Amino acid sequence: MAQIELSAIRKSFDGTDVLNGIDFRIGDGEFISLVGPSGCGKSTLLRIIAGLEPQNSGQIHIDGRPVDGIRPSARNLAMVFQSYALYPHLSTFDNIAVPLRMRRLSAIERLPLLGPLLPGRRAKERGIRADIETIAEQLDIAPLLRRKPGQLSGGQRQRVAVGRAMVREPLAFLFDEPLSNLDAKLRVHMRAELAELHRRLKATFVYVTHDQAEAMTMSSRIAVMMGGELIQAGTPAEIYNDPGDIRVAEFIGSPKINILPGRIRKDGGIDVLGTALRLACGATAGECRVGVRPERIDLGTGPFSGSVVHLENLGAEAFVHLAIGDAGLRLIARLADVRHLPAMGSPVAFGFASDAVRAFDPAGKRIPLRAEQSERIREPAHV
Amino acid sequence: MNNAHPIPVRAILRHFLLIAGAAVMLAPFIWMISTASKPQTEIFSSELHLIPHQFALRDNLREAFAKANLLRFLLNGVIVTVSIFVLQVMVALPAAYALAKLRFLGRETLFALVLFGILIPPQATAIPVFLLLHEAGLLDSYAALVLPFTISVFGIFLMRQFFKTVPDDLVDAARMDGISEFGIVWQVMLPAAIPAVTAFGIFSVVAHWNDYFWPLIVLNSEQLRTPPLAVAHFRNNEAGTSYGPLMAAAMVIIAPLVIAFLFAQRRFIEGITLTGIK
Ligand SMILES: Nc1ncnc2c1ncn2[C@@H]1O[C@H](COP(=O)(O)OP(=O)(O)OP(=O)(O)O)[C@@H](O)[C@H]1O
Ligand SMILES: [Mg+2]
Repeated sequence: MAQIELSAIRKSFDGTDVLNGIDFRIGDGEFISLVGPSGCGKSTLLRIIAGLEPQNSGQIHIDGRPVDGIRPSARNLAMVFQSYALYPHLSTFDNIAVPLRMRRLSAIERLPLLGPLLPGRRAKERGIRADIETIAEQLDIAPLLRRKPGQLSGGQRQRVAVGRAMVREPLAFLFDEPLSNLDAKLRVHMRAELAELHRRLKATFVYVTHDQAEAMTMSSRIAVMMGGELIQAGTPAEIYNDPGDIRVAEFIGSPKINILPGRIRKDGGIDVLGTALRLACGATAGECRVGVRPERIDLGTGPFSGSVVHLENLGAEAFVHLAIGDAGLRLIARLADVRHLPAMGSPVAFGFASDAVRAFDPAGKRIPLRAEQSERIREPAHV
Repeated sequence: MNNAHPIPVRAILRHFLLIAGAAVMLAPFIWMISTASKPQTEIFSSELHLIPHQFALRDNLREAFAKANLLRFLLNGVIVTVSIFVLQVMVALPAAYALAKLRFLGRETLFALVLFGILIPPQATAIPVFLLLHEAGLLDSYAALVLPFTISVFGIFLMRQFFKTVPDDLVDAARMDGISEFGIVWQVMLPAAIPAVTAFGIFSVVAHWNDYFWPLIVLNSEQLRTPPLAVAHFRNNEAGTSYGPLMAAAMVIIAPLVIAFLFAQRRFIEGITLTGIK
C-alpha cells in the first residue's frame, strides 16, 4: 500500500527520447493501468518505477520518500513479468521462497552447506514455509509446490509469479503485461482473479498492458501513454466517454470510434458531411474531426446515409460497416438487436444524438461543445 | 511390396567405410591394450598377433606401478585440471555476466579484446609467461601449472554467448528479489548455464589433462609430473625397452578420461557440439 509520485520523468536510450517528462500521481490502493501502443514507453516507465532502469531526470517518491538511486529490492515493490521470469532450476516452493530468504536470512545463513546448521535458521525456515503455504492456498497452487516451472502450464506459472510477488507483502505491485502469453479464455479468467486479488490485498497495482479490455475491466484509473507522454489519466468511464485527445479516443474502444470530417463555421456551428449539427463551439472556424462511438450510431433514421458493405454478426451484437459517399469514408455501427440486420449493399439512413459527438481540432485536442444557441437561450427557463 | 527389402548397398557401403575409419582410429589403442597384455617375449616375437598367447596384463601393470609412482602422477593430473577448471569458472562467469548483461562504457571494446585473445595461440605467449613465473619464483610448482590458464578467454566467450540467451527478465526478477549482482551470477546464471559450464569443463579438462607442452617447460621435479609427462619420462628412463609395462602405464593414464566419457557420454557429445572442439 503506497502512494507513488512521478515528477518530470525523462528517459532516453542512445539519444532517442523514450519518455518526455511524465508527471503522475498514483494513489494508495489504486489499480492503475498504463496503456498505449507498442513502443510508447510503458515498460520503460514501469522499470524506472521499479528501479531496474535509471531515469535521466525527474524524481520518484514512494510514500513521500525519494527513491531515486535506491536499489530495486530496497524500494519494496514487487514485479510480475510478461515472461513470468521464474527461476527454471528451482521448484515452485523455492521460487516463492527466494524473496523471503533474501530478506529474512543473513548472508551466512544463506550459505549452501553451512547455513542450515546455524541456530535460528530452522525457525526462520518454518516461518517462510508457513507464509508460502498460506499464499499457495490463496492462489490455488498448493499441489504444485514441488514442481519445476517447466512442468507448469502458462496459467499456473502466472500464478506462481504472482505468488512470488505477493509473499513479501510489497508496498506496490508492478505488472508488465502479465496475461499476454495466455490464451484468450484463460486471460479472461485471470483478469477476474487479478481484480479479485486487488480487492483482497488493497495494495497499489500498476498494470502495464496494451489490451484495452484488461484496462477497462480491472482498473480504477487508466493512464494512456503515447509517444513517451502520458496524455490522459482517468477512470475507465472518463477515458472512454471524455477522451481529451483524438489518439485516446481512437485507442480506447473496440471497434474503434468513428471519425468523420467536419467543419466549424464562422458562427461556431459544426457541419458534418454537409449537415449542420445542433451543436456549437467557441473554436475558430476551420477543419475539425468529429468522433462518434459505434454504439451511438442510430441506424434507420437520421440525416445521413450510407450503404452496407460488411456485416459482422457476433450473436449477441452485430457490427454494420457502412460506406459513405465516394471518398472511401467508412463507419461502423453497433446493433444490439441482431434480428433486424440491414441487407448487404442496401442503402441505410443513420444519425446520432448530439451528446454522442466528440469534436477534435486538427491537432487532435478535444473541442468543448455546447448545445446550439437557440436551445441554450431557453435553458434559464428550465432551471 | 518389392521395395520392402531392397538390397541396402548404400547402407552396407556406408558401414564398411565407417568401420574402416574406426579401425584406423582405434588401431593404436587396440595395439596398446594388446601390447600391455603380452609378456616381453611375445612383444618381440616376429609373428604378429593381437590376442596374447599368455595373458600378462597383471604382471605388466604391477611392474609399471612398481617402477613409477603412477598414482602420484594421476593425482597431480586431477589436482591441476580441477584447479584450472574451478579457477576458470570463477573468473569466466562473472566476466561473461558483465559482458552479457550489464551496460557499461567500453563493454564492446572489452568483448572485442576477448575475441582477440582467442586468436592468440598459447605457444605465442609461452616465453613471456615463463619469464613472469620465473620472476615470481613460481617455476616448478603446481602454481606454474595452474595460474597461466586461470583466465580462459574462450571460456569467457562461450559463457557470454550462453548468458545472452538467458532472458533479461530473469535477471531483473532476481534484482527485484534482492539478489546482489554476484549472487545473480552464482544463483541464477550458473544454474541456467549448467550445459555450457559442463561443455566448457569437458573442453578444459581434456585439454589440460592431455597437455604435454606446458608441464614439460615449467616442471623439473619428478613428483609434480602430470600424466602425459610421466608417460614420456617413463619411456625414457624407467622402462627402457620393456614395452609391456610402458603400455600398461599408458593405459592407466588414459583410463580416467575414457571412464569419464563412458559415464557421461551424452553430456560429452553435447559439450563437444556446443564448443565446436574436435
Ligand atoms: N534497453 C534499451 N535500449 C535501447 N532502447 C530501448 C531499450 N528499452 C526500450 N527501448 C526503446 O524504448 C521504446 C519504448 O520501449 P518500451 O519497452 O517501454 O515500450 P512498451 O510501451 O512497453 O511497448 P510494448 O507494448 O511493445 O511492450 C522503444 O522504442 C524501445 O525500442
Ligand atoms: Mg512493454
